[in-house]
Amino acid sequence: MKVNGEQIILSEKIPLSEFLQREGYFCDKIAVELNGEIIPRSRYASVFLTDADKLEIVSFVGGG
Amino acid sequence: MISTDFLYEEWNCQLRERCGKEATDKLQQARVAVAGLGGLGSNIAILLTRMGVGNLHLIDFDKVDYSNLQRQQYFVEQVGKYKVEALAETLRKINPYVNLKLSCVKVSAENLPELLAQDEIICEAFDKAEAKAMLVNGVLEHFPGKVIVAGNGIAGLGAGNLIQARRVSKSLYLCGDGVSTCEEVPLYAGRVALCAAQQAHLVQRIILGLEG
Repeated sequence: MKVNGEQIILSEKIPLSEFLQREGYFCDKIAVELNGEIIPRSRYASVFLTDADKLEIVSFVGGG
Repeated sequence: MISTDFLYEEWNCQLRERCGKEATDKLQQARVAVAGLGGLGSNIAILLTRMGVGNLHLIDFDKVDYSNLQRQQYFVEQVGKYKVEALAETLRKINPYVNLKLSCVKVSAENLPELLAQDEIICEAFDKAEAKAMLVNGVLEHFPGKVIVAGNGIAGLGAGNLIQARRVSKSLYLCGDGVSTCEEVPLYAGRVALCAAQQAHLVQRIILGLEG
């Protein structure tokens, strides 16, 4: 699977929410695109990741 | 006193001479929202006005405060005014013919679909990370045809060259260093303005079809 341009190996299908938690992301400060499609926060738990996926996770920081 | 007809013609003539008629028309017809009128948003709105963007939607619920004057485009005499109104005054001094829509509201996931329905390009210029994420998620979920240009990572005194623009996907662009947060270091006028300029410049490129 490709995450933010970097190849990582995903040995089994896992829910997006589990992946995000495992990698230390804060769900209220991110936007996630899976294969070019935005994933609404309400679907993080029901969307499953596979090794063929391309994931973009944008983490926002304060300042404006 | 300069007549209004003369000024309108002169303004457009200056723009046409620089950009050509086609580009001038595209800029004048564009509808751009600026969500958040702090250091990023106030600078972005002024730049878009000078670029000749014809329709701007200014969104902010807050009032001008003394703590804004060190990096935001407001003046001492505007302290206490709503930012949408204070900035509108300034923009009309630059171009009296810019079409402004003022929304003195706090953007939420609930009001976002109606609030941004008429805008083609949205500049994200909020302060808090959670608000930035809410706006970007909301725009991408509700409006697949719109483009959002977000500011992300502008705090501190890190190198200016780290403030970069990148296209994440078809509808999402990010400007900033991506990491520096105002929770750890202060915001400074120059670095914030760099990001605002990147965002405004990207909006111009998108309007003129230079981003593919």
